[in-house]
Amino acid sequence: MFLRDLTAKWRFVLAVAVLGMLMTGPFLLTSVLIWLGASTGMREVLVQHLLPQVPLGGVLTATGFVLGLMLIRRLFNRYVTGMAAMVEELRLMLGSNRSFRITEDGPPELRELVRAINDLATQRDAYIDDVESQVAKAKANVEEEKNRLAALMSELAQAVVVCNLDGRILLYNNRARYMFESLAKGPTSVSSGALIGLGRSISSILETSQVDYARETIRIQLERGNRHPVANFVTTTDNGQLIRVQIAPVLRQRPESADVQVASGYILLIENITRVLEQESRRDAALGELTEGSRSSLGTLRAAVEMLADNPDMDAENRDRFVGVLASEVTRMSLRLDNTLTLLADTLRQHWPLDDMLAVDVIEAAGRRMHERLKLPVDVNTVTSDPLWIRADSFSLVSAITFLASKIEEAGEVRSFALRLDSGEKFVHIDLLWTGLSMSTETVLSWEIEPMRQDHGVNPPTLREVLDRHAGEIWYQRQGPTAQASIRLLLPKATPEQDTVNVANRAASSERPEYYDFDLFDRPMGHVDLDQPLSNLVYTVFDTETTGLEPANGDEIIQIGALRILNGRLLHQEHFDQLVDPRCHLKAASVAIHGITDSMLLGQPTIDLVLPAFHDFCADTVLVGHNVAFDMRFLELKEASLGLRFDQPVLDTLLLSAVAHPNQQSHSLEAIMQRLGIQMGQRHNALADATATAQIFMRLLPALAEQGIVTLRQALEASQKTYFAQVKY
Amino acid sequence: MTHKILIVDDEPNIVMSIEFLLKKEGFATETAGDGELALDKVRSFLPDLVLLDVMMPKKSGFEVCEILRADTTMKQPRIIMLTAKGRETEQAKGLALGADAYMLKPFSTKDLVAKIREILAAC
Repeated sequence: MFLRDLTAKWRFVLAVAVLGMLMTGPFLLTSVLIWLGASTGMREVLVQHLLPQVPLGGVLTATGFVLGLMLIRRLFNRYVTGMAAMVEELRLMLGSNRSFRITEDGPPELRELVRAINDLATQRDAYIDDVESQVAKAKANVEEEKNRLAALMSELAQAVVVCNLDGRILLYNNRARYMFESLAKGPTSVSSGALIGLGRSISSILETSQVDYARETIRIQLERGNRHPVANFVTTTDNGQLIRVQIAPVLRQRPESADVQVASGYILLIENITRVLEQESRRDAALGELTEGSRSSLGTLRAAVEMLADNPDMDAENRDRFVGVLASEVTRMSLRLDNTLTLLADTLRQHWPLDDMLAVDVIEAAGRRMHERLKLPVDVNTVTSDPLWIRADSFSLVSAITFLASKIEEAGEVRSFALRLDSGEKFVHIDLLWTGLSMSTETVLSWEIEPMRQDHGVNPPTLREVLDRHAGEIWYQRQGPTAQASIRLLLPKATPEQDTVNVANRAASSERPEYYDFDLFDRPMGHVDLDQPLSNLVYTVFDTETTGLEPANGDEIIQIGALRILNGRLLHQEHFDQLVDPRCHLKAASVAIHGITDSMLLGQPTIDLVLPAFHDFCADTVLVGHNVAFDMRFLELKEASLGLRFDQPVLDTLLLSAVAHPNQQSHSLEAIMQRLGIQMGQRHNALADATATAQIFMRLLPALAEQGIVTLRQALEASQKTYFAQVKY
Repeated sequence: MTHKILIVDDEPNIVMSIEFLLKKEGFATETAGDGELALDKVRSFLPDLVLLDVMMPKKSGFEVCEILRADTTMKQPRIIMLTAKGRETEQAKGLALGADAYMLKPFSTKDLVAKIREILAAC
């Protein structure tokens, strides 16, 4: 065991020692044996004869020893030292230089070994290359699939938005961009589709309560094992457009149990149905007019005809009156028919989206909602055990029931509510019962036409509208000997049918969308967290052009340009670029700098329109600018009068550059750009400057990381400490 | 004894026919052209039966029906609702609010008379 761990050097020493012993040992042993076996006389003779020969023997032995030593050394050098060098070369091959090969040198055995090793290395390289090419191919496939998916989405006539569980947008297609651009708050030129953007919250474009409700519906459906859950809702935008949204989950199998699927995000199909619904309601009105009007006229005609037929002996005066009735009703019917047909001609067949659903789900949801909102006990019970299906928009129905309950609660001292579900012959009965004061019929009637403001944003529907959508009716009743008051909601029973997801496929632009970032799928985002790594944050990089350098003395912003950085990507298409009418004349000196003239600003929006849009654009992001304190002064001076606050963290590339490269003389935009090798076209255009600043910022991040500045908090603190931060403007 | 019937409809043409018909059948009749007039007439004329149109100006047939049924101080007339609205939920509502029968226009005058006699006989 001891011998195995000996290094080559000690083995050499050992070999030398053994050699020495082998060369002297036998001779000495023979001498000792002869000496011991000899008599005293013999010993004297031996000494006398042999002693003079000892130097010769010594010299011969020493010569043999040296020859042996040289032989061993040569062997040692050829095999052992050669191998030590080979080990180093092998390490090189394993590590830094894959293609390095050991040179064949030394004795044949070693050369054989080197050949074997080199062959092994070649084989290994082939494997590695193969794996790498496979990985690259797989990656390319994934990339291609991702692009194909994105291209497919851009072809869809419907607007598509994909968001993660936090409601952050991961993808949107052209259609969605155009739709929300045209729906954006304020002048559309100002927001340039700002409200839809990667990493932004879906609630910046859609009513949050409805999205949450739909997601909850999907979660419940998933829990029940429905593999293809879908939820629909219709919502109203700020400018009164009706948006129909279909939500389906992006499913992921839960790792611990393969058959349980959980949502990892949501796909939203969005459609503007305002026009369709307008046509629809015109068509409904026309049809209603036609059927009810015809019934009424027919009723009159029939009664008059029967009077004439049954009374042949009627006097002339009465007969003339009845004939007059006939003539006028027939004319009215013809007119009505003509009018209706004209109205109906251009209407399409489209319905308010109603889902087949179990009535019990609706009342349970309503019960939960009522309890949350009113903090009163709500007893939900079902009288019948049959599954009762209705066709409903459950959000508006639940809102309607909750609305009624809160109205009742406002009107009287209510101690508890009950929701009861029962089945009639053709209808489903949903009774809302309460203990407390009873109402007057007029009060209940007045609720029908009152807009339900609680869950709906602008343009809330009335209870009557929701009922009409569901072909339902409602009335107030006092029943039974206890005279318990209740409100009955009557809805037609439905037979559920298989859902058909209708994805319309009309022609669309062939433009490829660049509007996705699937890396956001698992990343929670929200308000700016100071301890987040800088690479994880969303930034708005901006620049302003102004009439002068002194905001306190009346200088104004005339241009704002901004871009967003998300996941280390500069989102060029989500930019903000707006000229602003300063309501004063430009000084010649400033025109010389930015090249913006009075005539260019004519007809542009004023700052009180632009700044709120910019505020929306940069919500929940970190602001970045070059020498940003200057721009912030201009923004802050407007905050009070516009009721806005730019209270997010602000980073300055001037200060960050000073942190990253403290020994440089200049940290002007031009100097940094030159240093970092950034090209740019037009200077002193707000968007171009913001773009340059953004590029600088992204290149500064690695330099900062080298100094251990990784989080936003660290970046802010380091900025504070630089010399430049001490300079006040 | 002669039964009194109040005819409530905003369409004078049908009121004329029904009035002619019921007079011939031997009933005493009065007419009203809208919901509010109908309530006044019920209180002054005290009809045994009201033929009540649903779609009317001022107060709908449903409202008139509810108000009448809620007034416990008066003698309750029978109510037949007449309507051009075909939706079955509305028929159910009419009956739930206290109407005794619900007739959809157009109806045959024979059926109307039969229904009136049936309901009055059940008194």
